[in-house]
Amino acid sequence: MSVPRFWRELDTRYNLIGSYCKITKTYHYPRRSFNPEAGRESIGSMKDYQFKGTGEVISSTVVYQAQTGYEMFGPYCIAIVKLDEGPRITTQIVDCEPENVKPGMKVKSVFRKLGEDSESGILHYGTKFMVNEDNELDETEDDLPDIEV
Amino acid sequence: MRDVSIIGIGITKFGELWDKSLRQLGLETGLAAINDAGITSKDIDALYIGNMAAGSTLQQEHVSALMADYCGLTSQNIPATRVEAASASGGLAVRQAYMAIAGGFIDIAVVGGAEKMTDVSDTESSYTVSMGSDEQWESKAGATFASLHAMIAQSHMAEYGTSREEMSAVSAKNHYHASMNPMAQFPFALSVEAVSNSGMVSSPLRMLDCAPNSDGAAAVVLCATEKAKKYKKKTVKIIGSGQASDTLSLHHRKHLNQMPAIKVAAKRAFKSCGKKVRDLDLIEIHDNFTISEIIALEEIGVFKRGKAAANILKGETRLGGKIPVNTSGGLKARGHAPGATGIAQIVEIVQQLRGEAGDRQVEGAKIGMVENHGGTAATAVIHILESE
Repeated sequence: MSVPRFWRELDTRYNLIGSYCKITKTYHYPRRSFNPEAGRESIGSMKDYQFKGTGEVISSTVVYQAQTGYEMFGPYCIAIVKLDEGPRITTQIVDCEPENVKPGMKVKSVFRKLGEDSESGILHYGTKFMVNEDNELDETEDDLPDIEV
Repeated sequence: MRDVSIIGIGITKFGELWDKSLRQLGLETGLAAINDAGITSKDIDALYIGNMAAGSTLQQEHVSALMADYCGLTSQNIPATRVEAASASGGLAVRQAYMAIAGGFIDIAVVGGAEKMTDVSDTESSYTVSMGSDEQWESKAGATFASLHAMIAQSHMAEYGTSREEMSAVSAKNHYHASMNPMAQFPFALSVEAVSNSGMVSSPLRMLDCAPNSDGAAAVVLCATEKAKKYKKKTVKIIGSGQASDTLSLHHRKHLNQMPAIKVAAKRAFKSCGKKVRDLDLIEIHDNFTISEIIALEEIGVFKRGKAAANILKGETRLGGKIPVNTSGGLKARGHAPGATGIAQIVEIVQQLRGEAGDRQVEGAKIGMVENHGGTAATAVIHILESE
């Protein structure tokens, strides 16, 4: 992908920046300057919003014939994740057996390499998702003290 | 608005046509359609070309002028227009010509669709096909075109209990039909078990759930109905036409297991001719994946939501069944050359309505529907045809 095409979406890709529509009080990802549901009224009423990065798997699949640039991951898991604020996103689920990902599973965002233009080309980074074990710990071990580093 | 008829058809065999270029394929089908219509190049007012991917696969854009040139139409400086909507390019090109004739701007148009998918490697052609979805927020995230349909299938299975065997029945049925179509890429029957045991592409979709990326071309000649009989005895009228769009990304849809653009396009097409689902004798469906045929039949209203798969397994959509679907073999077995597919579907219905479909003829077919869509049904275009 060309440098400008990637560069102008850096915020959105690195930090999960999307938009909040003050009219419909809904969240949108990726960033939009216009909310299709609210129409032209929404122009000027969209403000940047950084998503918490937690969500739930809606549907998933194990990809055996990889997308170009993803050959080194195969087989890998692609899922549609619903962020806690509402919007959905298509993403790779990493750091787990791809077969184990199921709808309803809690996930969280993680900063990862997406690909590279060539051996000497620029590297692309962005957001992927992993199983949210913290979430499960939170429920069972609420009283653990914070560890000072 | 004027009525519009189809007075000529032409189609090549679909497949790996390594000995033929895009322009050769276009010329071959264009000439076949013109000969079938009984017109000469002087009668043609406009040319419409359905093509999705010449830029990515052949580094050739401006396919409209290319086709006009190589079909010998430049001496008349004929208006030539390329139409692109991923795999719906062909159906949409027909709709543009239909509207131009119905609106009274022109009398006769040739609509051709052509695609070369095997001049590049499998990897490249698969990547090209995924350009029909959202490059920035789907493909670049690692989603293949098959993986998006796999999630659609996963969602349909979870909600309606659609089974592996039922999805395989779609592919097996289409292969059975293709065994009677000499133009098909895969003219042989396949068992349900063979589909169920084929290699995994993106779970739950297996290799034989997926349509191939083919080379091929098809063309039709459209004419104002009031002038059609001057050229051709057996004509087929386009009685209904409908088009709709939806979000480009699958993840922006409310229901992953529905394709609302198909439903709306079908409603618009039915409304434009006052017909109902029960009036249809046969349908060509855009089965780029087996799950797509199941969902499209539900969206059009042939079966209730969640009921199509069981009816397909029962044989209701097989030749001789209640409503035959994809007598050509569909995208799966006739082959899928994106820009040509929507037109090849129309060619099949015209052959059927003229009673020229040979062994796969649907007896007494009078009205047929063509459903063609692009991406994960972000564009849907539907035509209803009737024999005259």
